[in-house]
Amino acid sequence: MSTADIPLWAALPAALLLICGGLLTFLGSLGLLRLNNFYARIHAPTMGSTLGTGCVLLASILVSSALEQRPVIHEVLITILILLTAPVTAMLLMRAGMFRRRD
Amino acid sequence: MNTILSAAIYFALACFALAMLCALIRLLRGPTAEDRILALDTLYINSMLTILMLGIGYGSAIYFDIALLIALFGFVGSTAMAKFLLRGEVIEP
Repeated sequence: MSTADIPLWAALPAALLLICGGLLTFLGSLGLLRLNNFYARIHAPTMGSTLGTGCVLLASILVSSALEQRPVIHEVLITILILLTAPVTAMLLMRAGMFRRRD
Repeated sequence: MNTILSAAIYFALACFALAMLCALIRLLRGPTAEDRILALDTLYINSMLTILMLGIGYGSAIYFDIALLIALFGFVGSTAMAKFLLRGEVIEP
């Protein structure tokens, strides 16, 4: 990896945010694998799709701003997109699950 | 300091690979169709995060566009499949 000349004030918080984001995403996907019910399983990956994405995008903003020597905030676009679309998908999936389990 | 950032990037890449493995097992094993769609949803978010991580690691801005496109089309795909399960067709007349 060519993380050549990134100053310490950006590298340390970015590393911390990347570790937090990776662990949160892994825990969310582990919950998707381990929980035993569909209604329980739909909760777990939201941790990866909100907190994990937020941590990684914040780290990306930090590193890009430190590399370009100016504020680079175009990663906010992905954050807004994920924050808008994740609840829509979860709601549609939950309604589909309830619809298919009706008697 | 750059070794710290490189180690964090490798650690996060390993975490995302394990997360994608978990989602893949759920995708292959899931008892119902909703589980498989949920696993696909998790899988595209994890792959988007992996590509963002590669963009941080290589210091290139091209990976941002790929991540944006994956987020966009992943949402469209998940919504279409959930809508198909819910109503029996995707685009209703």
